[in-house]
Amino acid sequence: PFKRYVEIGRVALVNYGKDYGQLVVIVDVIDQNRALVDAPDMVRCQMNFKRLSLTDITINIKRVPKKKTLIAAMEAADVKNKWENSSWGRKLIVQKRRASLNDFDRFKLMLAKIKRGGLIRQELAKLKKQNSF
Amino acid sequence: MAPSQKTAKVCRNPDLICGVGKFSRSKMYHKRGLWAIKAKNGGVFPRHDKKPAEPAAAEKPPKFYPADDVKKPLLNKRKPKPTKLRASITPGTVLIILAGRFKGKRVVFLKQLTSGLLLVTGPFKINGVPLRRVNQAYVISTSTKVDISGVNVEKIDDRYFAKQAEKKKKKGEGEFFEADKEEKNVLPQEKKDEQKTVDAALIKSIEAVPDLKIYLAARFSLKAGMKPHELVF
Repeated sequence: PFKRYVEIGRVALVNYGKDYGQLVVIVDVIDQNRALVDAPDMVRCQMNFKRLSLTDITINIKRVPKKKTLIAAMEAADVKNKWENSSWGRKLIVQKRRASLNDFDRFKLMLAKIKRGGLIRQELAKLKKQNSF
Repeated sequence: MAPSQKTAKVCRNPDLICGVGKFSRSKMYHKRGLWAIKAKNGGVFPRHDKKPAEPAAAEKPPKFYPADDVKKPLLNKRKPKPTKLRASITPGTVLIILAGRFKGKRVVFLKQLTSGLLLVTGPFKINGVPLRRVNQAYVISTSTKVDISGVNVEKIDDRYFAKQAEKKKKKGEGEFFEADKEEKNVLPQEKKDEQKTVDAALIKSIEAVPDLKIYLAARFSLKAGMKPHELVF
């Protein structure tokens, strides 16, 4: 029934708080509710499990590794690429891109959508014509 | 004032604790070199007597004493500062006008006038907004910039937009109302020409960017799901 477990080396996404949206690695478990969490660009800190969303990615580390070992292990497991190619990761990237659109970008997007819709309708019309025979 | 080399201020008698200096009075006397100044002056500290004051010119008694003591209003030396332009608004920025006849129109910013208002143009051929003044407060600045290097707006100032002084008409009873109507609606030809020259260079740089012309021709509006505080302009 459960596929993603809290374990040392589990990569999680922070879903609340100052580091919202960051990928972190669970480096130790403090008690029933909290984990010690670390990432290459942040100071190691404790987080409640409620603030974390577990991902499918795990890396091979021992309990509480040094920062260098952590970074090396993340490179070895290729966390960044795995995340960016996963469907969850891709969705987040798209959301970020959409949120950062300029007013001009939104306008160009609207034009592109209209154009695409027009092409689709043309093709549909052609197919309808064929099938009506 | 000519810029002088600023030597770091050295403290001759640093505080050990607040109120207690490191050096005693006699040591400080020696450090300040007061002995040398005295020696130069023949054993006495140099005195500078006051220059004899020139006798003040005799004042004539005033001709008129006001009956009541009237208080003079306090002196006002305030010089109003020019309106601070938002950092996001630079020449060539596309602005969205939020109020007035042209609300929602996307418009190109040219320069800030001395009155603090922003000089803005459609360009006229693209969206019907002429050379116009707009207040910063009624404008959203987008991050889209247009190349404005070919445009010369030096001549245009607040006086360009001042109301034309009405010529005094002689009172002719029958012709009174007709004459008024004819003169008010015509834009002087020079303003139209000015608009054309300013816009010519602008339109060229606008057409260089794909879709920018249609963008400026369209009005901005909030649609469903758009949250202004989350939108990036």
